[in-house]
Amino acid sequence: METLLNDFSPGLFVVSTILLLVLIALMVKFAWKPILTSLNEREEGIQGALDAAEKAKLEMANLQADNQKLLQEARLERETMLKEARELKAKMIADAEAQAQDQANKIISQAQEAILSEKKAAMAELKSHVAGLSLEIAEKVVRKELSDKDKQLALVESMLGEATLN
Amino acid sequence: MKIFQQSFRSFVLAILVILPTTIFANIAEGDGGRVSTKQEVEGYILHHLKDSHDFNLFSYTDDSGERKHVGFPLPVILWSSEGLVTFMSSEFHHDDNGEVIVEKNGLKFTKIHSKIYELEKGATAVNFDADHHATNGTKLLDFSITKSVVGILLIGLLMLFWFSRLANQYKKKQIPTGFGRVLEPLVLYVRDEISRPNVGEKHYRKFTGYLLTVFFFIWILNMAGLTPLGFNVTGQLAVTACLAIFTLVIYTISGNKDYWMHILWMPGVPIFVKPILAVIELVGAFIIKPFSLLVRLFANISAGHIVLMSLIAIMFTLKDSLGVAGATGLSFVLSFFLLLIELLVAFLQAYIFTMLSALFIGMAVAEHDHGHDLERETADVEDVRGDFI
Repeated sequence: METLLNDFSPGLFVVSTILLLVLIALMVKFAWKPILTSLNEREEGIQGALDAAEKAKLEMANLQADNQKLLQEARLERETMLKEARELKAKMIADAEAQAQDQANKIISQAQEAILSEKKAAMAELKSHVAGLSLEIAEKVVRKELSDKDKQLALVESMLGEATLN
Repeated sequence: MKIFQQSFRSFVLAILVILPTTIFANIAEGDGGRVSTKQEVEGYILHHLKDSHDFNLFSYTDDSGERKHVGFPLPVILWSSEGLVTFMSSEFHHDDNGEVIVEKNGLKFTKIHSKIYELEKGATAVNFDADHHATNGTKLLDFSITKSVVGILLIGLLMLFWFSRLANQYKKKQIPTGFGRVLEPLVLYVRDEISRPNVGEKHYRKFTGYLLTVFFFIWILNMAGLTPLGFNVTGQLAVTACLAIFTLVIYTISGNKDYWMHILWMPGVPIFVKPILAVIELVGAFIIKPFSLLVRLFANISAGHIVLMSLIAIMFTLKDSLGVAGATGLSFVLSFFLLLIELLVAFLQAYIFTMLSALFIGMAVAEHDHGHDLERETADVEDVRGDFI
């Protein structure tokens, strides 16, 4: 202990105290303060960049989800549009068919009517023609028959008999 | 390559500054400084541990048997009975036993075991008592630029140079280049592993500057002590005491109300225990803490120097039993491994000093936000520890 105390140099103590105080002051002013400030700034910068990246990632994910949703919606829309178109097509075809059917029916019925009326006209013409012919024949026959009295009577007789039968 | 060129330039510059002051002393002092026996080794080691007034690089004996010392003298600054006296240490001619007497301003000075004495008026030589203490001289307050002071100045300038350059680099770029890239992780290490966890997130900024300075100062000086330049700055009680007192002053000044409360009137203990605890706490805060700091650093570094030099001295002490080659080989191997351990110790002691300083400061500025009277029963170990940190 005595040697230790003997070795302790008060002069060196004073000198080193002064030197160290100066050294600490200079180091703090010219080295540590700027270094620590820059380090802090850099760390904050890195933290900020990381946060921004995280945010961007989130936004990206949101955007992607939005895109997905839009795509889904578009797909659905297309689906419904296609469906509608298909239905429309079917309806149009059906309508056309029905219309065509109607038209055809109408034409057929018109044709039938025309045929019928033509037939009637033909029949009527035929009838009048036949009647004319019959009349001519009858005239000829009658003319021939009436030359003979008996035969006139017999004819009347038969005609009367026919009339009663009817 | 550029870094190498730069450091080479600084090296040349340093040599140019030192050269003019270098003297090649050629004063024969018999066998002064030659070491070969066990006792001489012991004396040499003890002498080296002390501060010295000149910067001796090496000594040798030339062909004519003269002992030559290579190095340069340092200024001696004394506060004598008649005021400030200055002269160069070369005037002592490497004498350390009170044989050479220097006369300045009508006063006589002599150097005994690295201490400078002022002789009484009329005395022409030093008188020693039985224990080899000077009886007719008084020890002076010695403000000399000793080897330790040179060490502090050199390392201080080196630190200023390195770290202010690092600070300047940040002005231009985000990531330092060159040597700054080595220094940056060290700064971050002290800030994040020593200062921040021990002082506390809220207050660490204020104290990090001091802790960084102390850490690098001690570490670099510890390592400088392992070089052949032979600085023993951190092995000087005066220097470690100065560092410890800085820490003491810092944590005493920045101590908050809680800290003083815990020292002077410990809450949560019976009244009659409080004064006893106050005495213990006061002794702890003002004597034990700084002493543990200053003695630990001093003792570790001194012990390292003693063991390293003793192992080197094996070369001489075991020469007879092992032969020259054997003793030299053994000495080389052992001192090489010890040097590795000492490199670790150099860092470890800087770390411990800084860590403990941070811890003591942390204790003084810690904020307590708990009630001391209630809920003590359920307190677990962590809480109790929290009280003291």
